Amino acid sequence: MPAETALRTEDLRHLLTYARAASVLAFLGLAACSVPSEPTDAHDPYEPLNRATHGLNTGVDRVVLRPVSQVYGTVVPDPLRRGIDNASSNLGAPSDAVNKLLQGSVEDAAGNLFRFLINSTVGVFGFFDPATAIGIEAKETGFSDTLAIWGAEEGAYLVLPFLGPSTERDAAGLVVDALTDPIGAFVDEGDDAVTGAAIATAVNGRFEFTETIDSVLYDSADSYVQMRLFYLESRRFDLGGGQAAAAVTDLYEDIYSDLYE
Amino acid sequence: MTFTNKTFGRRGVLLGMTASALALAAGRADALTTAQAKSLIDRVVGDINRVINSGKAESAMFRDFEGIFERYADVPTIARSTLGPPARSASQDQLNRYSKAFTGYLARKYGRRFREFIGGEVAVTNARQVKSFQEVQAVATLRGIDPFRISFMVSDRSGSDRFFDMLIEGISLLKAERAEVGALLDANGRDIDRLINALNRAG
Repeated sequence: MPAETALRTEDLRHLLTYARAASVLAFLGLAACSVPSEPTDAHDPYEPLNRATHGLNTGVDRVVLRPVSQVYGTVVPDPLRRGIDNASSNLGAPSDAVNKLLQGSVEDAAGNLFRFLINSTVGVFGFFDPATAIGIEAKETGFSDTLAIWGAEEGAYLVLPFLGPSTERDAAGLVVDALTDPIGAFVDEGDDAVTGAAIATAVNGRFEFTETIDSVLYDSADSYVQMRLFYLESRRFDLGGGQAAAAVTDLYEDIYSDLYE
Repeated sequence: MTFTNKTFGRRGVLLGMTASALALAAGRADALTTAQAKSLIDRVVGDINRVINSGKAESAMFRDFEGIFERYADVPTIARSTLGPPARSASQDQLNRYSKAFTGYLARKYGRRFREFIGGEVAVTNARQVKSFQEVQAVATLRGIDPFRISFMVSDRSGSDRFFDMLIEGISLLKAERAEVGALLDANGRDIDRLINALNRAG
């Protein structure tokens, strides 16, 4: 490892290949985005396929993810689980910084970079989060947010195998994130660390929100529709800077005019 | 009313009178103001905070939450809206029974979730007018998870100031339940009486 940590020309070439592949994929993804008739509600032309994938994911949750998360949450003490979540978030900080820069938020980009420096050192490889303690909060983001800020359409709703709800735009962003992650490109075994920490974080999330996720997946009359609604509304809310989406507020006019006019 | 504020001067008073006249002309003399909506949600949030920090048994807390919902939410409108178009062909008796079944279902379903609120705090942060209603924004700070945003949508069109939807991180309870009731209705052959029975068992 010692002799290999320095950045070599070969690494740079890899990085360039990744970046090129990523931009081509992103472009293809955008070009393929189907545009809804109106920017409201769910645009879901692949519903039959999505429902099949949702069925697969629910089966995986029932047989693997949920049981594993219960063991993980019970066996691994809370501070350790929180530490691993922190480390995972820290590994994402360089990518967050790059995306914030692409989105034009220089301040957030600098904050993320500074967080990465502090938490990777003082915070022991990101296990602790001293940056938040001194008031530099994480501004987590990804290339899917960048695409949205650049004006890309949301596209059709997608359910990805194992990963769950997404849209054409968000899926294109995910692919770019996976291919251009700075940690994976510059650090040996970086990809494994990122993937491992991300899986542990997902398992912990499944544990922390056991009741909420159980209620959506296993107690609703149509869990597919509930998941789609939750994903699209919270995504639009985040991208809209915390304002309720138009599809939601349009409904309100109707409910009262139906009743009182 | 702010119209009496001295800084507004005489022009302010005139503007105020014109505004009142317009409001009267539109038949909305008492249109809900942002301040009124905010004060309603301040009371809601105050009651919620009292319950989640009361140290009572969970079952007693769930009953308190149901009480808050009945006191401050526009239950008939929410219930009717979740039923959708079939509400128009339903009899008054069916609507009443549906509304009752729906309220119990909501209390059971979301009451259990309020367990996560125990020991936490909800604080109103902002209020604004959106179209013909008011949105009051709040932040919930609970133990062990990141703070999340809640919006209460308030209207006075039922005749009193009530909230008719609650959004958690942008996810509308009203829309989620419209979808859920629609799916339940389909699963029960679009028969309202069977839907009511299903709701009484669900949650």
